[in-house]
Amino acid sequence: MKLYEHQAKEIFSKYHIPVPEGSLITKAGDAMGVAERLGDVVIKAQVTVGGRGKAGGIAAASGPQDAKKAAERILGMSIKGLPVKKVLIEQYRKPQKEIYLGITIDRKARRPIIMASMEGGVDIEEIARSSPEKIIRMHIHPLTGIHDYQARALASLLDRDNSVPILDVIKKLYRVFNDYDCVLAEINPLALTAQEEQGIVALDAKMVIDDNALFRQEAAEEESGSLEDMAKKSGMSYVGLDGDIGCIVNGAGLAMATLDMIKEYGGEPADFMDVRAGANEEQIRTALRIVSSNMNVKSIIVNIFGGLTKCDEVARGIVDVISEIRVPLVVRLAGTNEQEGRKMLEKYGTTIVSSTEEAAMEVVKFGDSHR
Amino acid sequence: MKDFGTNVVGGVTPGKGGQEIHGIPVFDSVKEAVDDTNPNASVIFVPPGFAADAIFEAIDGGIELIVAITEGIPVHDMMRVCAYLEDSSSRLIGPNCPGITTPGESKIGIMPNPIHLAGNVGLVSRSGTLTYEIIDLLSRNGIGQSTSVGIGGDQVTGTSFVDILELFEKDTKTDAVVMVGEIGGTAEEDSIDFIRQMRKPVIAYIVGVSAPPGKTMGHAGAIVSAGSGTALEKIKAFEKAGIITGRSPKDIVLKLTNILEK
Repeated sequence: MKLYEHQAKEIFSKYHIPVPEGSLITKAGDAMGVAERLGDVVIKAQVTVGGRGKAGGIAAASGPQDAKKAAERILGMSIKGLPVKKVLIEQYRKPQKEIYLGITIDRKARRPIIMASMEGGVDIEEIARSSPEKIIRMHIHPLTGIHDYQARALASLLDRDNSVPILDVIKKLYRVFNDYDCVLAEINPLALTAQEEQGIVALDAKMVIDDNALFRQEAAEEESGSLEDMAKKSGMSYVGLDGDIGCIVNGAGLAMATLDMIKEYGGEPADFMDVRAGANEEQIRTALRIVSSNMNVKSIIVNIFGGLTKCDEVARGIVDVISEIRVPLVVRLAGTNEQEGRKMLEKYGTTIVSSTEEAAMEVVKFGDSHR
Repeated sequence: MKDFGTNVVGGVTPGKGGQEIHGIPVFDSVKEAVDDTNPNASVIFVPPGFAADAIFEAIDGGIELIVAITEGIPVHDMMRVCAYLEDSSSRLIGPNCPGITTPGESKIGIMPNPIHLAGNVGLVSRSGTLTYEIIDLLSRNGIGQSTSVGIGGDQVTGTSFVDILELFEKDTKTDAVVMVGEIGGTAEEDSIDFIRQMRKPVIAYIVGVSAPPGKTMGHAGAIVSAGSGTALEKIKAFEKAGIITGRSPKDIVLKLTNILEK
């Protein structure tokens, strides 16, 4: 789960990582008071997608009127399809140097990795492409956490003259990463500011929390009422796509294989829906309702290889809601209680097939995308 | 598992010690179970919040092979478990996996019994039900399996493709290997160098060509991030290295049949 910048900065503050003084507002009018208090400000759209700067979601302003105007404009925007509902207004801090500091998981090494660079301010992917030698990487042992000497070494490598405040932020960011079950904790840029301001400040903040750890983290996800959220609530996984063939499959690998095959036969999947191992009647009902509520859907494929999941339970779930489903259904049942499941569906006019390949081929015939 | 020939000697559930289920004794702790029954493998079905603790307990119990079925274990827990494993003699398969099956001998995990057929093809996969699909299709076409292993769909797993490929390369009962990968990470690419040194042929099948970037496709590990880890990239890397790839389960069966007939 991605946190908003303002949420991450609240957490940073708790850990005494310096962040610019600022306020979160939802009404443009409120920008005036904040700007009056803070002087020159930066107004930043609060969205959880990248590239908001390029999209015009960040603006500098001096004076209350200017701030209000900028806030008005940004609050009316949509960035990558997400309407901006909140903006963060922060005191402007002039960076002298900009550091990239990020902690993520190195899947291959199976441990956390800190990545840092003096070329902060741009995408780390961009730095990695243009000048990979400018990124310092350091693995951290997950059972001990970061050692002081590691933070010292990393800070000295970055900027010897300012290593003390930098190493302090590195250690604190690692604690955030660890305590909040992050898959990413990132400051870009971490700014060293002018002498008279004396200091170091996290101008941006990004945190992504491991979805698997949400049960023990307080950070509650905002309910967006999306199909993704509805599926998640029932212990399933839904990803919306652009096509017209609704897909319901048990298991992520089989689901991806099914989607690939539909494409191979010239169809376009409308979603990825993994009902997970051991799906019961209730989940199948919910899955069918979620998938068919997408009005682009012209046909639905249900592909089940029963292991823990029982085909007769799946069939019962389908039968329960079949009268609500307005599009043709292609069902593939294999594995545990396959025969019982098939028998239950026979009289309902669904297309019943025995392999994924066949199911993909059949369902494509119903779609608009079939040529 | 019992039906498949696995000698299940005991179960562990804290607080349920002393009971018996299907004639199998239940213990309060792994230590008690180990002292009493001397097992060489353990399978873990413990819910995500408690699974890491159960794996630590199994490692401390000196269990040789630990298979973790549980889906949804926090990745920070798994990093700690994997670091702890390095200083132990245990091997962990999973988590978020269907386990390991050797037809005719035993099964540790949840793969459906009837789909297997004993034979000479090894199978290693990041998936669950897709693994069943492929095993089933192989068996229907008369291609038996030596051992099938699901290494799990999470970001951090105890055993890698290379670990299993090394074992298949040494295994006298395996003549060819099917490897099933998916989007996310570089576990597939990381195995290329090893596959090129192998004497035994490997066919790779990688799913998720249709997956959009930035979205987790069910498995915690199945995500294309920052443009890397796409299925096409992986397939290209394999083809460039001269490794046979299959486009679908059916295609794998065809290509495997050709190889085995040679």
